[in-house]
Amino acid sequence: MTQFLVPLLVVVWKDILLEWRARDLVISVLVFGLLVAVMFNFALNIAPQRTTTLAPGILWVTFTFAGTMAMNRAFVRDSEQGGLNGLLLTPVSRDAIFLGKATGAFLFMLLVELLLLPVFGVFLNFSVWSLSLLLTVVLATLGFALVGTLFSVIAVQTRSREIMLPVLFFPVILPVIIGAVEASAASLGIEPRVALTRWWPLLGAFDALFLVVCPWVFGVVVEE
Amino acid sequence: MANVAADKAIFVHGLEKSYGDIPVLWGLGLEVAWGELVALLGANGVGKSTLLRVLSTQARADAGFASVAGLDVRRRASAVRRQVGVLAHNNFLYDDLTCAENLVYYARLFRLRDPRQTAMDALSMLGLSDRADQRTRTLSHGLQKRVAVARAILHKPRVLLMDEPESGLDTDSVAGLRETLRQWTAAGGAVLMTTHNSHIASDWADRVGVLTKGKISFAKSGETTGLDGPGDLTPAVSVTQP
Repeated sequence: MTQFLVPLLVVVWKDILLEWRARDLVISVLVFGLLVAVMFNFALNIAPQRTTTLAPGILWVTFTFAGTMAMNRAFVRDSEQGGLNGLLLTPVSRDAIFLGKATGAFLFMLLVELLLLPVFGVFLNFSVWSLSLLLTVVLATLGFALVGTLFSVIAVQTRSREIMLPVLFFPVILPVIIGAVEASAASLGIEPRVALTRWWPLLGAFDALFLVVCPWVFGVVVEE
Repeated sequence: MANVAADKAIFVHGLEKSYGDIPVLWGLGLEVAWGELVALLGANGVGKSTLLRVLSTQARADAGFASVAGLDVRRRASAVRRQVGVLAHNNFLYDDLTCAENLVYYARLFRLRDPRQTAMDALSMLGLSDRADQRTRTLSHGLQKRVAVARAILHKPRVLLMDEPESGLDTDSVAGLRETLRQWTAAGGAVLMTTHNSHIASDWADRVGVLTKGKISFAKSGETTGLDGPGDLTPAVSVTQP
């Protein structure tokens, strides 16, 4: 177990240290998210009674675009000086490498989302201190980070990675986004039980599926 | 095949590799003994780097057999990675980490004991102790290359695979690298390096091979390769297969 976990944590530590030094990913994604929040607030001028209907969509459109920005950068630092090749030349299993990168992406995204949530709460007039909403964010972000990390490593090897990533990524992640929007709507509305019984199992099932499939596909992708 | 390969640092037989419809290596054979330094010359695009990538498990051959330290590179890739140190065109370093942090990172991935001390020892060997806490971004290309060499030998591999190791280095650094490799082979390690510099190849290597048309040709003992300079890569002598 430690043979798997130690390298995974080493990869996460490296990504966190690099981000702490550069501070380019979290800050740029955060600024982007704030700008989107402001734009939606003024563009839609949402009445309080429509919050439950519109807020989940706005929230997840923002998280999705912000997350895609983050994913575009997930392997950039590793590709600049061949760090990914260096990583692949170690005896660490491909699964541990993938899950290390995905864990880093998950933590970065979660941090940005947790910082953005209160802003959306103020603009869209809803309470962010909802346990069911927070659990929805965690479940959806996990799926998002797993699939995003996989497609990020594919896209980073192409010439037009900024375009390729969303084109490849969105069709696969769509069920998670739909689940996240519906679960968020249920959490913000009067039926949090619906989130619990219908949408969380769906999100959990997709997370479990991606947790098995994505590391395996990653191993195939980096083989050559 | 495995029996023949067992006592060789590198053993390659009938190796084939294509990129799409373009064959790069075909029917390639190579043997490198322990304690031997073999240099490969060849024009751009003949497959020198591809051969190193196959041997270091970064690329998969289409056919044939290759082993490093007696380990089949295809079937025992993870074990092979412990046995090889790779110096490529990219330095595999992270610009915003210090030299020591980069090496500690790799030491931890290789599960080495006392990663910090191991990293410092490797930096010391390359004369980089005073640069340990400097971010690699701030180093010159030559110094980065020396850190990359430290990274390649960090886990004490038995075989070094080096792609044009002298490129970007000043005269003193080239001399230092030569001395490092001399000590390495004297201690029983094996080195396979590619270069475009025929003078370095003939000066450093026990044997010099020329990779052309998918195969490696070695000059017979006592003969020169006939290569006069970096631009002349056509063997002028009859050659033998290993």
